[in-house]
Amino acid sequence: MSYAISDSMTMIGRSIRLGRRNVDTLIMSIVLPLLMMALFVYVFGGAINTGTAYINYVVPGIILLCVGYGAASTAMSVADDMQKGMIDRLRSMPIRSFAVLTGHVTASVARNALSTTVVIGAAIAMGFCPSASLVEWVAAVGLLLLYVLAMSWLAAGLGSIAKSVESASALSFFMLFLPYLSSAFVPTETMPSFLRGISQHQPITPVIETVRGLLTGTPIGDQGWIALAWSVGLLIASFVLATALYRRRISD
Amino acid sequence: MIVEATGLRKAYGSTTVLDGIDLEVAEGSVFALLGPNGAGKTTTIRILSTLTRPDAGELRVAGFDVVREPAKVRGVISLTGQYAAVDDEQTGRENVVMAGRLMHLGRPGAKARAAELLERFDLVDAADRRVKTYSGGMRRRLDLAMSLVAAPKVIFLDEPTTGLDPASRTTMWDAIRDLVRTGTTIFLTTQYLEEADRLADRIMVLDQGKVAAYGTADDLKARVGGDRLDLRFTSAAALGAAAGLLGGFADQERLVLSVPSDGTAAHLHSVLDDLRAAAVVPAQVSSHRPTLDDVFLALTTREGVPA
Repeated sequence: MSYAISDSMTMIGRSIRLGRRNVDTLIMSIVLPLLMMALFVYVFGGAINTGTAYINYVVPGIILLCVGYGAASTAMSVADDMQKGMIDRLRSMPIRSFAVLTGHVTASVARNALSTTVVIGAAIAMGFCPSASLVEWVAAVGLLLLYVLAMSWLAAGLGSIAKSVESASALSFFMLFLPYLSSAFVPTETMPSFLRGISQHQPITPVIETVRGLLTGTPIGDQGWIALAWSVGLLIASFVLATALYRRRISD
Repeated sequence: MIVEATGLRKAYGSTTVLDGIDLEVAEGSVFALLGPNGAGKTTTIRILSTLTRPDAGELRVAGFDVVREPAKVRGVISLTGQYAAVDDEQTGRENVVMAGRLMHLGRPGAKARAAELLERFDLVDAADRRVKTYSGGMRRRLDLAMSLVAAPKVIFLDEPTTGLDPASRTTMWDAIRDLVRTGTTIFLTTQYLEEADRLADRIMVLDQGKVAAYGTADDLKARVGGDRLDLRFTSAAALGAAAGLLGGFADQERLVLSVPSDGTAAHLHSVLDDLRAAAVVPAQVSSHRPTLDDVFLALTTREGVPA
């Protein structure tokens, strides 16, 4: 049992080191959300009526956009290990090779924590004015962590069965697209009814509404519980799926 | 026998990859699995190193059952795959230390072992550079160093020198010979006959999932016969006359007559004397010792396809 923990620690150290040194991905995962935020706040934001300063509205959406991007790069890292023989090396050693996924998921959460911190810092410099108490901050961070963890496990699972690093990167398209069909950038009431149906019932909307409510005091209503249920449900489902997909990948 | 397999079979769907392989490897020896692409070499190594489940067969490594006790097998083997499984963005030292930590040597133990292995594989100067700056030969040596952290009893090497330049190949061969001197058993696959010839105590030629031949390099060479003389003529008439005189095999297209020889100068003299007496003088004479290439071609050529 203690070996299971130390093996995971070794693989977490490896993934974090690799993530830190993969400068392109690291810079992109920070610069991309900053650019998106600048674009939305300074270019589109003036024309979007959300009943509040647009920067206060858009920050949670930008954070979830980062999560999507981070998850895609996690899927690519996992696919890379599966393709390039690292997985064979680990599997021929007397360890639980599943630790390789634990390593990538933990590094993914760390990278997201970093990019989220940078985004919030930049947002405050751009006029974002959170009104949250300490408890509300903790709740918002906790919910985001749960969501990031769920997406990272999903990405790790998909990455482990991807046929190539390129096909794993296709995930980024889906993950980057999803926030646009939510309340991330515009209120869902402004969408045509069929899109509203999608956007109000996908997990990103309640997560965004809850984080926005916690940070800037907009009404949360029952979205908080829905967001929590989605995040916990997704986390469990993603972990189970990742375990199953990984098993499938390594059995031949 | 440290590695034993009987009746090893594996199929993917309707494609039979291994069709009943039996093999034995003595402790401390070098065993080479030789064959063309698709012969089943990699599948054999993956099965013996617990990565792939066989469909049938009794398999033991160091006394442990490969299918029933994979964890115990993993404790005494190491696998170096066809593509160097090293992290480009880690330094050579970090890669080896990581392997040591996964083998539970502890932090100081892993560091000490890494320093020792980097020294042994001539990677000290490059140890603290990222692996992406390494040459192909250095990556292979690092890969091998990572495989050796826990002093395995059996090392599986899947095409250890494929894609390396001749100098790196020689360095890799030296490293493998060093391992044998310390009593480690080596199980390798290769497409290079020269490699099997130089390194292996026993060679198994695999073709389309079946054993085409098995023995020492000398045994296999003996199977295609001894030395031969190739005599090239300038006309079909001269070739015909020489064939009538000496026998042997006449290649009408190339105008070459191949005759068996014992490789001595006396035999060469007598052949040339006979030809001069009959006034058919060859334009060129060359002497050939059989190589494993001849064996390989003779054994793995499909029926109806000329070598």
